[in-house]
Amino acid sequence: MSETRGWRSWVSTTDHKRIGQLYFYTAFAFFLIGGLEALLIRIQLAKPENSFVSAETYNQLFTMHGTTMIFLALMPLSAAFFNYIVPLQIGARDVAFPRLNAFSYWVFLLGGLFLNSSWFVGPLFHAGSLNVAPDGGWVGDANLTERQFSPGVNIDFWMLGLQILGISSLAAGFNFVVTILNLRAPGLKMMRLPVFSWMTLVTSFLIITAFPVITVGLVLLMFDRFFGTHFYVASAGGDPVLWQHLFWLFGHPEVYILILPAMGIVSEVLPTFARKPLFGYTVVVYSGVLIGFMGWGVWSHHMFAVGLGPVADSVFSATTMLIAIPTGVKIFNWIATLWGGQIRGSTALYFAVGFIAMFIIGGLSGVSHAVPPADLQQTDTYYIVAHIHYVLFGGTVLGLFSGIYYWWPKMTGRLLSEPLGKLHFWLTFVGMNLAFFPMHFIGLLGMPRRIYTYSPDLGVAKLNLLSTVGALIIGISALVFVFNLWRTRRHGAVAGNDPWQGATLEWATTSPPPVYNFTVIPTVESRLPLWRGEHHAPMAPLPATPPQPIHVPGGSWWPFVTACGLPVLALAPLTHTLWIAFVGVAILLIGIYRWAFEPFEV
Amino acid sequence: MSHRTSLGLDNRKMAFWAFIGSECLLFGSLIATYLVYKGRSVVGPYPHDVLNIPFTSISTFDLLMSSLMMVLALAAVQRNDMRWAKVWLFSTALLGIFFLCGQVYEFTSFVHEGLTLQRNLFGATFFVLTGTHGAHVSVGVLWLLTLWYRALRGKLTAANAMTVEITGLYWHFVDVIWIVIFTVVYLIQ
Amino acid sequence: MSLYRSRRWLTVAALTLSGCGGPFPQSTLAPASGYAREIDGLFGTVFKLMMLVFVVVEVLLLYTIIRHRHRPGAAEPRPTHGHTVLEIAWTIAPALILVFVAVPTIQTIFKTQAPAPAGALTIQVIAHQWWWEYKYPDLGVVTANELHVPVGRTVDLEMTSADVIHSFWAPRLFGKRDVIPGHTNHIVFAAESIGEYMGQCVEFCGASHANMRLRVLVDSDTAFTAWAVSQARAPRAPAKNSVEQRGQDAFRRYGCTGCHTVVGVATGIIGPNLTHVGSRTTIAGGMLPSAAAMIEKWIENPQAVKPGALMPRMGVKPDDLTALVAYLQSLK
Repeated sequence: MSETRGWRSWVSTTDHKRIGQLYFYTAFAFFLIGGLEALLIRIQLAKPENSFVSAETYNQLFTMHGTTMIFLALMPLSAAFFNYIVPLQIGARDVAFPRLNAFSYWVFLLGGLFLNSSWFVGPLFHAGSLNVAPDGGWVGDANLTERQFSPGVNIDFWMLGLQILGISSLAAGFNFVVTILNLRAPGLKMMRLPVFSWMTLVTSFLIITAFPVITVGLVLLMFDRFFGTHFYVASAGGDPVLWQHLFWLFGHPEVYILILPAMGIVSEVLPTFARKPLFGYTVVVYSGVLIGFMGWGVWSHHMFAVGLGPVADSVFSATTMLIAIPTGVKIFNWIATLWGGQIRGSTALYFAVGFIAMFIIGGLSGVSHAVPPADLQQTDTYYIVAHIHYVLFGGTVLGLFSGIYYWWPKMTGRLLSEPLGKLHFWLTFVGMNLAFFPMHFIGLLGMPRRIYTYSPDLGVAKLNLLSTVGALIIGISALVFVFNLWRTRRHGAVAGNDPWQGATLEWATTSPPPVYNFTVIPTVESRLPLWRGEHHAPMAPLPATPPQPIHVPGGSWWPFVTACGLPVLALAPLTHTLWIAFVGVAILLIGIYRWAFEPFEV
Repeated sequence: MSHRTSLGLDNRKMAFWAFIGSECLLFGSLIATYLVYKGRSVVGPYPHDVLNIPFTSISTFDLLMSSLMMVLALAAVQRNDMRWAKVWLFSTALLGIFFLCGQVYEFTSFVHEGLTLQRNLFGATFFVLTGTHGAHVSVGVLWLLTLWYRALRGKLTAANAMTVEITGLYWHFVDVIWIVIFTVVYLIQ
Repeated sequence: MSLYRSRRWLTVAALTLSGCGGPFPQSTLAPASGYAREIDGLFGTVFKLMMLVFVVVEVLLLYTIIRHRHRPGAAEPRPTHGHTVLEIAWTIAPALILVFVAVPTIQTIFKTQAPAPAGALTIQVIAHQWWWEYKYPDLGVVTANELHVPVGRTVDLEMTSADVIHSFWAPRLFGKRDVIPGHTNHIVFAAESIGEYMGQCVEFCGASHANMRLRVLVDSDTAFTAWAVSQARAPRAPAKNSVEQRGQDAFRRYGCTGCHTVVGVATGIIGPNLTHVGSRTTIAGGMLPSAAAMIEKWIENPQAVKPGALMPRMGVKPDDLTALVAYLQSLK
């Protein structure tokens, strides 16, 4: 299949650059949806005893806001960069399994649509309202999620949607582990790998080990809800706390899955704009790997209020404090990278510096949660919501924006507008601090989270209003950004191969790269191949055309077809109709067989 | 299909080992759930009421033998002896089917004795754990029969040795998981 | 800065930000028990260290980006790859700070989770969607939503849930503890001063999680004893032909007896025990003050006050409603 234009070429694409773009636009659309959900939440909370939305709708809004942002926005935005940038950074022509890559994307899209369809399909399930979106919180604690206490389809959508999305992430995880380990250009030893690619590797290992655990948790919930088991039912000898263990065994590595890619981006952007290498590359890499391992030993710090006992609380408190060390050390490495540099203030740099400034706040409030007695005042309040948003918005989102401003020229051949970018940055920075900083106080003054309204007696009305104003400013900043994207499609300055004088391989080829990425796969001799080093000259420029024709695999329809089997399969339990499951399995089998026996040369 | 790779390992083989690592966590979580809920069933039947170690030892032996068949199948494919490859591939699948029949028989007899998914935590954890394993065996049988069928049509040769090796990896992994389940559920009660 | 002043700084900052002077009845920064004071002290220590790190890092970052910004014509920066001594130092420094946090942390964990001493007042807390049930086994008292405790005496809350996971929290008195079906969790505390302390459920538990409020009323010894004695007593029968007696009839006729207990009248256990509901300051899980108009509003349409509430609308006619409310208010 050698079509390059039209919708068919996009549905059948196996080119990592196209898949990266698909991820980007889809994830960004979900980011806007999650942001809208946040705005509705903040409007409801702007004053006490408000009635902007009903309690049921509110509970769905905060559940979907969390689920959407984490699984449909932040992870896939990181995946957009894994897809587009990692093969370029390692000097490869594509990922190890291009069709599996396409499959990951389609499953993500279909899973996201499946989950969000719950906003509109209430009447199909004879519900009392239009919206039957998940409403158990993004962590879906048992036993509230049992059929007895959540009789509607809301939790079914959540449980099935997450299982679909899990498959997407797992497939991508396997793909990137093999790609990064096995497809590196000659001379690109592991300790010469760009930090972003390293963090992608660690993240991919975390995905393939953590997602099976939540899969089991969700499967057990599915059995409870559909087949009458009692895994999370106390009266049958079960324990709702089992859910929390399974969820957080996944959930804690998940937060590192969310932050490590952004840390990788910052580790690329800072050296480029400071014009000097990353300070302490080895330590930054090892600390990332260490965080990956240690992240498995801290999960019950999400459960300090459960009553696991003083010994368990002490152990998890200690491991949590330990993990703060490799996390914190990176901050010093980044500052030291900037120190002594000649810092050029592009928007990408602004967001990278913003990341450091905001992430430290989230990290420090995290240290206070690591103290169980103090956490017993903080957990489940807005103080935690503040922490979450400083690390995920101030951290991951700012880091991702830095990556967007940095790599957009490589992906599209055009530079985003710097003035609009700076405006976007300042609106975001001011908006996020106004939205989330007051939440520290709101929480310490006793307002719990996940409540659709609060008493005026609490005295937190004005702080809540302030937070709502901040959220609105964030909303405006998103509009500025979208305008910047749209405008520069046609009017943006042409970027050229290397607008930032970057050091890593992606800048050695054209913007955007040709379908085969590099005319010649370079041999790498240092960590910063495009820069002059103390012992080596910068890499010679690549020839303009390839010396001999380069074979590029065509596309394939089977990843898309196979992906379609999953939501069809999920419809079976959702509608309590068995035969639909057979249709879903049939689609999966046909897709897999045709995929397996299709001639496809990488 | 064999390109130069940075670590010298075939991409598909590396991917498959990563997959096996992932599956270890899947089965690990199910086994941990079984262990955590051991002894917590409020009503019977309890493990010692229904588990039949002699019978299950036979199906364990059957699965172990099937792994031997798989090794022989790979060796045959590697030396391009497709006649024996077909025999061993089919035998592996057949032993797998015998294992599944044994499971079906065992499950139905448990149900007759009153142990169902819904009955108690032992039923729930036992059937979900062994059922997941059984589903994996079923996928493996389908996979083996596909290879055998392609061999019948003359489309499987020594060039496909990597594919057969990966099939073997999967099959041995499923066998190892069964050894763990057999030990944890049946032998250590 | 002393512990007390650092805590006050925080409250002042909060007050300034909120633009008004409080009060903040659910504040975690105004401890009124030994337990809450322990937590507050520990948080104060951690907070000071957090502030130190915050100031150092942000100042360093700000200084760096200003001092080292690009100047035209400046030389290319030296390509420093690292500095082992520096890197070791800034790894050990946070580790040392954390030791200063970890030691008092573990001490406080064990101190605040120690089992209750002999002689503590045991109170059973049973969480329901969306109200709290309290039983005083030694005193023969069963009540709901408003927890009376004597000042200065150690109380041991023995907590479990009748349905989903909830969490019991009155911030000025103790840190929260989840209330889980199949588990019994404890909170051990001794209130220091007489007063009313607000709290609410703090683990998402369904539609009306936001409406599951609670109050802890710390009484003097004598007041507490008097309260306990009157709560343990059966209520006086209403006077013949009074509005209260018509209310009691209505109570039976409309089926309230199916879900509620009033000693001598009804034995339902699905909803709160109403034997002494007239003595409570709030109703509906702490949502409404217990004035006649509010009780009417609740009975008339529970779901309007608490979405998802399990109490059905019984279609009580207006005359019956007035009598019913009078009866309930008489149950002191």
